[in-house]
Amino acid sequence: MKNWIKVATAAAVGVALSASAASAAWEKVVIATEGAYPPFNYVDKDGKLQGFDVDFAVKLCETAGIECEIVAQDWDGIIPGLLAKKYDAIIAQMSITEERKRSIDFTNYYSTTPAVFVGKEGMSVEAWKDGAVVEDALDGLVIGVQRSTTHSAFLEDNFPNAEIRMYDTQDNALLDLTAGRIDATLADSGVLVEWVKSDEGKGYAFVSDTFAPKEFFGEGAGIGIRKEDQDLKEILNKALAEMLANGSYQEINKKYFEEINLHPN
Amino acid sequence: MFEDLIYVLTKYDTWLWQGFLLTLQLLAVSVVFGTLIAIPLAVARVSKLVWVQALPFAFIYVFRGTPLIAQLFMMYYGCGQLIANIEGIQDHWSWTYLRDPYWYCLLTFVLNTAAYMAEIMRGGIQNVPNGEIEAARACGMRPATIYRRIIFPRMWQIIWPAYTNDVIFTLKATSLASTVTMMELTGAARKIVARTALPYEAFISAGVIYLIIVYVLTFGFKGIEKYLRRNENRKENKSVLAKAGGHI
Repeated sequence: MKNWIKVATAAAVGVALSASAASAAWEKVVIATEGAYPPFNYVDKDGKLQGFDVDFAVKLCETAGIECEIVAQDWDGIIPGLLAKKYDAIIAQMSITEERKRSIDFTNYYSTTPAVFVGKEGMSVEAWKDGAVVEDALDGLVIGVQRSTTHSAFLEDNFPNAEIRMYDTQDNALLDLTAGRIDATLADSGVLVEWVKSDEGKGYAFVSDTFAPKEFFGEGAGIGIRKEDQDLKEILNKALAEMLANGSYQEINKKYFEEINLHPN
Repeated sequence: MFEDLIYVLTKYDTWLWQGFLLTLQLLAVSVVFGTLIAIPLAVARVSKLVWVQALPFAFIYVFRGTPLIAQLFMMYYGCGQLIANIEGIQDHWSWTYLRDPYWYCLLTFVLNTAAYMAEIMRGGIQNVPNGEIEAARACGMRPATIYRRIIFPRMWQIIWPAYTNDVIFTLKATSLASTVTMMELTGAARKIVARTALPYEAFISAGVIYLIIVYVLTFGFKGIEKYLRRNENRKENKSVLAKAGGHI
């Protein structure tokens, strides 16, 4: 009996939701971002939301021809807020994971920070070439990496002959790189790009191309939407594809990350 | 849960095995060299001359008074950085060893263990009954002979339980080696967690291995304790003790 009531309620809610979604027709979309993850999204000193995610969201709406409002929302409450219809989409560098997919849906990925090797200027570490692992590329080298990351798993699984050192933090790996105790480190290029430019990173540089194979590093960040809003997903995916095709995506990419391609695949 | 445990133990057995070997190695070297360093430190520490006991006192004070992980980081990142900055060192043959975290780890553990053991030994030496030392002196033994024949054997008897305790302590201290990239048992367990998202199974596996090591250690040390106290258990000795009214 109780089960029947549950099913009936669920069906009723489902109908009501799809009805409201259809009637909205997406003339106006409210988008949430976190505002605390520079340079992707942050609040500037005038209290305005800025960053790659914000620029991307604005351009995306423009391309899709819909009116947008961008709001800031704390990370912890960002999915509940979406489900409570406080906003309709999340653009906040949210990685697409199976766990999140149980409660919300994602568009195609819109950005990923690829991995890169950093070492002494002039050396070359091509461990990933033409979409495949170069198994002997790290032979005889000592490579530092932060433990419990996708990067450490990638190194361990693919380079049996390399000596891999696991650090508790990326900062410690970089310390050892400058001390000469490791030859190179593999990490998120978004983190390393700042370090290479800093004083400590003098004499060190990217020594490989950036790479982000899905099978090792995951799908990247997608736009989070409610599961029932499949029509919005379609609109956003189409606009994203258009931005990638007409170069407006790359423009925003360059503005924030000159050296890194955020959409390599 | 049980299946996951089997999965962890069979799939990652090499990681656990290598971690186990490294843990044993760190423990053995720390205890052996720690003890060797501790003995002269303890002897100097009981000296009546201030300038003799000042240095060991400072050493023991510093190593017992600061967290082991801070010492490890000081040694590995601090001293390591200084050594790395020496002109030309990175092209020298010794660099192969100087860049390796293993030696920094060992040195820290050895010094730390030495500090604790020296303090235990100091207590042991000071608790050797004065009458025995006086008796030895009356027999005409020289200080070195007194140490060798009276004080050290008695000291070992007295400190053995505390010493055993310290060895077990050192075993657990080795788990910090993974913070400077040495993948001992705890490091191996952490790696397995990162891979499998099975924290219980991984740490239970490591925990059980630690328990086995401790079991074997306690068993062995109990045996040595019996040997050290062999004289106390002899009947004739007891009767001698009784005749002397217990005042030996």
